[in-house]
Amino acid sequence: MKIAIASGKGGTGKTFFSVNLAHSLDRELLLLDCDVEEPNVNLFLKGELVEQRDSTLLVPQVDLDLCDGCRVCADFCQFNAIAVIRGVPLIFEDLCHGCGGCTLFCPQKAMDDTPHKIGVISHYHKGKISLIEGRLDVGKALAVPVIRDVKGDKEVAKHPLVILDAPPGTSCPVVWSLSGCDLAILVTEGTPFGLHDLKLAVETVREVGIPFGVVVNRDGLGDERVVTYCQEENIPVVGKIPNDREIATLYAQGKIVVDELPHYRALFTQIWENIASLAKGGRYERVQ
Amino acid sequence: MRVAFTAGGESLDSPFDNRFGRAEKFIIYDTESDTFEVLDNTQNLQAVQGAGVQSAQHIIDSKVDELVTGNLGPKAAKIIFAAGILVYQAKAETVSEALAMYKSKAIKPLKEPTVEEHWV
Repeated sequence: MKIAIASGKGGTGKTFFSVNLAHSLDRELLLLDCDVEEPNVNLFLKGELVEQRDSTLLVPQVDLDLCDGCRVCADFCQFNAIAVIRGVPLIFEDLCHGCGGCTLFCPQKAMDDTPHKIGVISHYHKGKISLIEGRLDVGKALAVPVIRDVKGDKEVAKHPLVILDAPPGTSCPVVWSLSGCDLAILVTEGTPFGLHDLKLAVETVREVGIPFGVVVNRDGLGDERVVTYCQEENIPVVGKIPNDREIATLYAQGKIVVDELPHYRALFTQIWENIASLAKGGRYERVQ
Repeated sequence: MRVAFTAGGESLDSPFDNRFGRAEKFIIYDTESDTFEVLDNTQNLQAVQGAGVQSAQHIIDSKVDELVTGNLGPKAAKIIFAAGILVYQAKAETVSEALAMYKSKAIKPLKEPTVEEHWV
């Protein structure tokens, strides 16, 4: 089973929830850090680095001996990554999305796709938890290919349980993270911003077409509108995590809350049962 | 000599656009005949990325010899310089004001881009 932990709003506690859920389960599992613009799962896991490789994008290179300056490549490119000046293509690697269309359609076969490094994929391990982290290089704009490399890693298929920490927001990197998952958990908070962005996230997950539930983090903050909205929309609230200063203190120290405070381990176990029954399409006990 | 001016409208009284990549129009002035034509650039206002690249290609394809604009980013500059087009930087309210500066040689050609990427 592949579960994505997502949210509309940033800072609602996706990573907190992912990491603590993983630790509460006490079983072999794989975490995927798909928040490639600021991956932080390993700040908490503190796993040992096992393996590292580059994440690359295939960008075209032109053989000027073969190129006749016909401009098919520049006309094809939807990302304005190619200009043809005095019959010579100029390629802007930073604008290229690596679709391969220019290479495919070049009548002279003058273009060749070459790997262009945009990030790093790292494998970490600690206890029963494995982690694959994607990290986009500073100055690079395209998160999706790095996420693709994380999710496409050959390790992923070997794990019966995968928990994916998605990036915030509702744009392409989020859609790409959610796609192919069996279930999404949207982490939110009971504030007006939390509700506003939850609605956007709900629209996105519905578009992706996977079942989902909501976790209300920092419960007690704000008001009841998030819960009312979920009831109205028939969205299961699979868990509520209290707005507890002790959690914030431990989290700020990079500690795993379920390892430090047993009653939170019990809460996460309960939430996991709700998630598991949601995944089976069954009923679940609402966490009060 | 065909000189392109970045413009917010279709006449010489139009506002002079400080931006190159996302200028609405280019007014292309012919210094020999003292006439001008208008080149639409609105497709670029919607471009997700690479507006400067497209605009540069656009004016090169329109056989422009020189360009007068407010600012030029690094990618557009690379293309424009490769095409051998001279670029003048002007601070003007209207196209006719920028044209007067160009004609009186009050502005000098650029050798480098004037701004970083995505400056607006």
